[in-house]
Amino acid sequence: MITFFEFQFYLFGVLALASALLFVTRRKPVSAALWLINVMFALSGLYVMLDAPFVAAIQVLVYAGAIMVVFVFVVMLLNLGDSPVSDARGTAVQVGAGFVTLALLANLLVVQRGPRASVASAPDAENAVTPVAVSLFTDYLLAFELTSIVLLVAVIGAVVLAKRRARP
Amino acid sequence: MIGEALAISAFLFAIGVFGVLTRRNVIIVFMCVELMLNAVNLSFVALAKLHGVAGHVFVVMVMTVAAAEAAVGLAIVISVFRHFGTAELSALRHLRDEW
Repeated sequence: MITFFEFQFYLFGVLALASALLFVTRRKPVSAALWLINVMFALSGLYVMLDAPFVAAIQVLVYAGAIMVVFVFVVMLLNLGDSPVSDARGTAVQVGAGFVTLALLANLLVVQRGPRASVASAPDAENAVTPVAVSLFTDYLLAFELTSIVLLVAVIGAVVLAKRRARP
Repeated sequence: MIGEALAISAFLFAIGVFGVLTRRNVIIVFMCVELMLNAVNLSFVALAKLHGVAGHVFVVMVMTVAAAEAAVGLAIVISVFRHFGTAELSALRHLRDEW
């Protein structure tokens, strides 16, 4: 007998996998993007059930709310919505890619069966953000600061790359 | 619970790899890469239940890098589209400026 919690967990898992399969088989970029957003919402649900509500919140805010909007924006900016021919490669490539994918999947599933050493989990805090914040601003402070430089470089790079260059 | 989450993560990653190998549209290939990043994030969150909260910090870092990557990558896509007039990977055959 599975509990209600387990039922919900499997529901979100199946939702994520089904949406991912639909995403990878859609022809139009906009419908693919919308299915990918669905995957991200399902993953957010899984994060909540895995005791990571903060990660779930920023998954919705950053991934579904910011990154995917940029994708949809670029698709519409470039007017890629209705291409007459499919962009999928030929049957031979698809069969080969299927074999590669199945080999990789088998590999991953076998690796995951290995022994998992259990380290003492983080103590239960009163709210969800405190343990992440403490870890982020003490142990990983340098990485956190470097992240801001990464974002700055990305912004400058995006502006330089997308700028329309004057024709000589 | 953790085993199931890791299995879902493996399936999502494999689906992303399949998409990268079989599609030609640059933007869809890009979205498949994002799907692979999400699969790895799910692994991080699941294993954070065993190994403490560091996994959540890694997920925050991965999301930041993914945002930076999306900004730069889509700028490159726009630039390529202006240059070649298409977003098909098979059209990009030359590294030199004129074609």
